[in-house]
Amino acid sequence: MMQGLLLAFVVGGLICVIAQLIIELTPYSITPAHILVGYVVGGAVLSGIGWYQPLVDLAGAGATVPLSGFGHMLVQGVFEAVGQEGLKGVFTGGLTASAFGITVALLMGLTVALVFNPKG
Amino acid sequence: MGKRIGKRTIAYDTPAVIRSWATAAGRKEARGKLAEQYDFILNHNQFGEKSWERAEQKMQQYALELALEKAGLQASQLDYFLGGDLLNQIIATSFTARAAGAPYFGLYGACSSLAEGMILGACLLDGGFGRMAAVCTSSHHDAAERQLRYPTEMGVQRTLTAQWTVTGSGAYILDKGHGQWQITQAVPGKIIDRGISNSSDMGSAMAAAAVDTITAWLQDTDNLDGVDYIVTGDLGKIGYEICKRQLLEQGYDVNGKYYDCGMQIYHEEDQDVHAGGSGCGCSAVVMGAKFLPQMAAQPHCRLLFVGTGALLSPLTVQQGETIPGIAHGVLIEYKQEG
Amino acid sequence: MELHLEHNLKNREKRLQKLQELDQANMEQLLLELQQEHQQLVSMEAGSIDLAEQRYYQELIEQNKEQTLRIQKEIDKEYQKQISLVTPKAPVLKNVLRAFLVGGTICLLGQLVINFMMLTYDADFKSASALASITIVVITAVLTGIGVYDEIGRYGGAGSMVPISGFANSVVSAALEFKREGMIYGIGAKIFTIAGPVILYGTVASVVIGMIYYLLG
Repeated sequence: MMQGLLLAFVVGGLICVIAQLIIELTPYSITPAHILVGYVVGGAVLSGIGWYQPLVDLAGAGATVPLSGFGHMLVQGVFEAVGQEGLKGVFTGGLTASAFGITVALLMGLTVALVFNPKG
Repeated sequence: MGKRIGKRTIAYDTPAVIRSWATAAGRKEARGKLAEQYDFILNHNQFGEKSWERAEQKMQQYALELALEKAGLQASQLDYFLGGDLLNQIIATSFTARAAGAPYFGLYGACSSLAEGMILGACLLDGGFGRMAAVCTSSHHDAAERQLRYPTEMGVQRTLTAQWTVTGSGAYILDKGHGQWQITQAVPGKIIDRGISNSSDMGSAMAAAAVDTITAWLQDTDNLDGVDYIVTGDLGKIGYEICKRQLLEQGYDVNGKYYDCGMQIYHEEDQDVHAGGSGCGCSAVVMGAKFLPQMAAQPHCRLLFVGTGALLSPLTVQQGETIPGIAHGVLIEYKQEG
Repeated sequence: MELHLEHNLKNREKRLQKLQELDQANMEQLLLELQQEHQQLVSMEAGSIDLAEQRYYQELIEQNKEQTLRIQKEIDKEYQKQISLVTPKAPVLKNVLRAFLVGGTICLLGQLVINFMMLTYDADFKSASALASITIVVITAVLTGIGVYDEIGRYGGAGSMVPISGFANSVVSAALEFKREGMIYGIGAKIFTIAGPVILYGTVASVVIGMIYYLLG
């Protein structure tokens, strides 16, 4: 149990460190949007070739909480849907699997925007 | 070419007098190095308004009204109103001009707008087209941030080269009469683009323009010893260093008399602003709160104010274009009365 | 006269071979020379009497332009070199450490939720992990609303950007910032500023990979 927590902390931290190093050490100005898109697509590719699931098995939230886990979820969703529905699943699986995350984020975005004001 | 010296320097026949000025600054600025020197400090970054943009406009109007009050004037006595800011289509200044009701020239020179306005204002007065002109510029950190970078509540790390847009505004009343602070010469800037495309390193992009303008003035007048201060607008720490080095390379040692407004506002260590302040409000508040009063310590003082601007657009930055820099020079002379 | 100009260009070519060795003042001098020459050439071209002569001058103007560009490029390079000399080095180690701590902590929080759900409610890993993500999204949204998450971001850098909380922060902060532009063009449109690209390319990637998976059977 403690070991699971520690692994989540270390692996999750290291996944973030990679992004920090990319930002610091490349001469291009890399924006948050670049990082987020890169992680989702990167996670999807790793998941596609079967490398991401072992990481999830090892580190739990350490692998699912970073945005690469979001990409992993999309691809696993597609794989599952293809297994059940064939070709149609290619197009429905990804967004179906990620629907809850996106929906909650959008709902919270709207709610917070209506309730709060930017502090600056 | 009676009113020109050398290749680029304007020498006014009748210098415009800076009759009065006023500065307004935000709360972060008020905790900085010039805390006591601002005429007015905003109670909140929203300043009782419903948006950053309205707050900026209100701040600008406060600065203008204060400057007019100090000069004992009404807005209706202004022959011209010149100014600019960083908001899209310089909308804050246009609203101030709407309230002032004076004939209005909206200027966009990014952070060089104040110097640009002073040059043109002095030209209008020297040309005999009026007696009284106001120059007013402003910037608001949060308004600039959301327009040029990210939403203010987004968690983004800033690079060490990044500068902090100043919340502040300055208004300067130019008068064709007698007075202590006079605009005697000017050097309109050229666009200099050294191929910098990193929009969080604007100091470097502008420094080359500052060097160009300062050397142009020095070549035209050959008077490095005759000037007590050289003050650039908002190059920040990095741009300041580059500018100093480049001037030295050209044979001009400005050590001891060269300052940058961007480095005068915040406490570098505690206020987490990295390379320094920037924005139209930066030189507008520092000139009024620090350098103009400081000039009065000597019976006769000459200051070359070089307003620097990075004329980038968020659109062309995304298209990968480089940043055109500009620097407008204004020679301000202080003469003790009597 | 024309021979003299041509000679000049050829002569300068030799100096340009050793451009790197020149200092900036010398390069500026060359630039000035070229500018004056350009003006001369243009007026010569305008005054040329036949097509052959005109072509000749046009060619010289081209050469002049090409030399000017080369010098300008060199000056730019020299300038950029100077920038790198005075630019302070980013505290990479410190930033990496902070990213590790903040990113790790957010993931740890997720794992705590997962453990709790799996132990107390006997949930399977998948639903527990989904719930953990939702928890982080909700907490981040509130922290963004009260103006705290931007401070965490300034400290944690990529550590607060890469976890799902960074995604939530970008969605919420954009919606919040643009509420003053109204419900439709403000919140409605801007909420997708960063979420849009993430969802778009995530979906595209999943479809491409899914298609390969489907075709390979």
